[in-house]
Amino acid sequence: MSGPIKIALPKGRLGESVYAMFEAAGYGCPDAAEDSRKLFFESADARVRYFWAKPADTAVYVERGAADIGIAGKDILLEHSPDVYELLDLGVGRCRMAAAAKKNFEDYGTGPLRVATKYANIAREYYGGRGREIDIIKLGGSIELAPIVGLSDVIVDIVETGRTLIENGMEPIQVITDISARLIANKVSYRFRHAEITQLCERLTAV
Amino acid sequence: MANLESAMRGEELAAMRLRVLFRRYGYARFDMSKFEEYELYSRNKSFLASDSIITFTGAGGRLMALRPDVTLSIVKAAPGGGPPRRLYYSENVYRPRHAGREVSERMQVGLECIGEIGAYEMGEVLMLASRSLGEIGGRNCLCLSHMGFLTGLLRGAGIEGQPGEQLLSRVGDRSESEIRRLCGEYGLDGGFTEKFASLAGLYGPIAERIYDLRALSVNGETEAAIGEIEQVCRIARRLGAPGDINIDFSIVNDMNYYSGIIFQGFVEGIPAAVLSGGRYDKLLRRFGKFSGAIGFAVYADMLEGSRGGEDRPDADVLVLYGEGDDPLEIAAAVRDIADGGESVCAMSEEGDLKYGRLVRLSERRGAGI
Repeated sequence: MSGPIKIALPKGRLGESVYAMFEAAGYGCPDAAEDSRKLFFESADARVRYFWAKPADTAVYVERGAADIGIAGKDILLEHSPDVYELLDLGVGRCRMAAAAKKNFEDYGTGPLRVATKYANIAREYYGGRGREIDIIKLGGSIELAPIVGLSDVIVDIVETGRTLIENGMEPIQVITDISARLIANKVSYRFRHAEITQLCERLTAV
Repeated sequence: MANLESAMRGEELAAMRLRVLFRRYGYARFDMSKFEEYELYSRNKSFLASDSIITFTGAGGRLMALRPDVTLSIVKAAPGGGPPRRLYYSENVYRPRHAGREVSERMQVGLECIGEIGAYEMGEVLMLASRSLGEIGGRNCLCLSHMGFLTGLLRGAGIEGQPGEQLLSRVGDRSESEIRRLCGEYGLDGGFTEKFASLAGLYGPIAERIYDLRALSVNGETEAAIGEIEQVCRIARRLGAPGDINIDFSIVNDMNYYSGIIFQGFVEGIPAAVLSGGRYDKLLRRFGKFSGAIGFAVYADMLEGSRGGEDRPDADVLVLYGEGDDPLEIAAAVRDIADGGESVCAMSEEGDLKYGRLVRLSERRGAGI
């Protein structure tokens, strides 16, 4: 049997709430709360080893086998299509991926729709499936700014409460998909550590 | 000790062992050019693992491509029917290691059996896949799925076309929550939803899981697939396939090309499948050939560093000589050691050389050798 199960957790609030679920499921580590700067923490008893990673990177660690399992948002899985198993919807970090525009915006379909987004693949897939030609404007953040300053017609982004949109004179126009945190597994780890990973899933489901 | 194996990289060693294994069962080597007309690949893009292809303009202005896949070249050249033709290859292909990334040169070793394919031929190929994993070494497992079972279950549920592909893709992700969401969208009855969800979680040795699989069967097509899985695995075992073969329906291939058993092989410590194969009669049909075909490929480049001589010393013996030493005396010392079967390197200083033992020419001279 090879070492503890390596688990990639996303840094931040989501990671902390997911770790609490693992803890409740019997996979807690005594030294988890000791030093928040620690990158790793491990429980020899529970045979797990956690590490914190940038939320957008956890799927990369899992896909490449640096972690056996990990937590990734559905938005990351849809955008990057990592070659991993998606074993559980953890039901936390819930939000929506939506297209939004300035209030009263109408798409007359007379030219390519200018779409500002961090999620180019999701936007391409969504509008491609509707036969709508688009011009993707890839941005790194503050996506809401784009329609206001005339950079784009619409945005595709994560919407939690919708409050930021409303405060900036915008509104969601189409919900693309629901988003939540997912438990993912490396495809080789799943096979060689099947019993351990299945038991972990069952315990998490029961929390 | 310097021998043929010690001079090989991990992937070269594995490739050589696989070639020996394939020849032992009557497979003949198939050689091919490094490039083909691009049209061969553009017409069969979804058969390929990636649509990233390096193209160039050949003589006469034809668009050519560096070969991203071997099977298509073999199928193109294969006869339309007759007794099974057994072929193996060991070639470099040009495609990304991971989806969406840069194309790289990758070593692939595999075999194809094309012609009138029956249960014996399928069992033989499955046994060779299992033994190929054994040649790679380490803890490994061979996992088996069946396209006939998957398409039969879809047909039973009344789902076809793109919705069917989407549902199978979620089974491939083992995503129970997404399967339930999609089944809800398609208005599927609860019984079928449970069957698809159970199929996604089904994993384990065939002897232990075949009863769970039987419980998911819905029609003659799925029954026939289960019967074929059992029969082929029995033949593979009788032929000496080592280890368990696991049922694993997260292995899903394109329904337009694959028709029967499909399988993948995994080695602990290598983070993705190192072996992939299956029965692809439908691909043959696209070339106007109405017979059967089954084969698999081992991605030898993924084994780089997993075996072979990378950690071994550069030489068993370092002969260290001084500035004024006679070159003929150095040559005599080197020859003595090399004739004794050890690898040897003569240098005036150690440098970065990794070696097993050190022989100083001055000490050798002092000992009267």
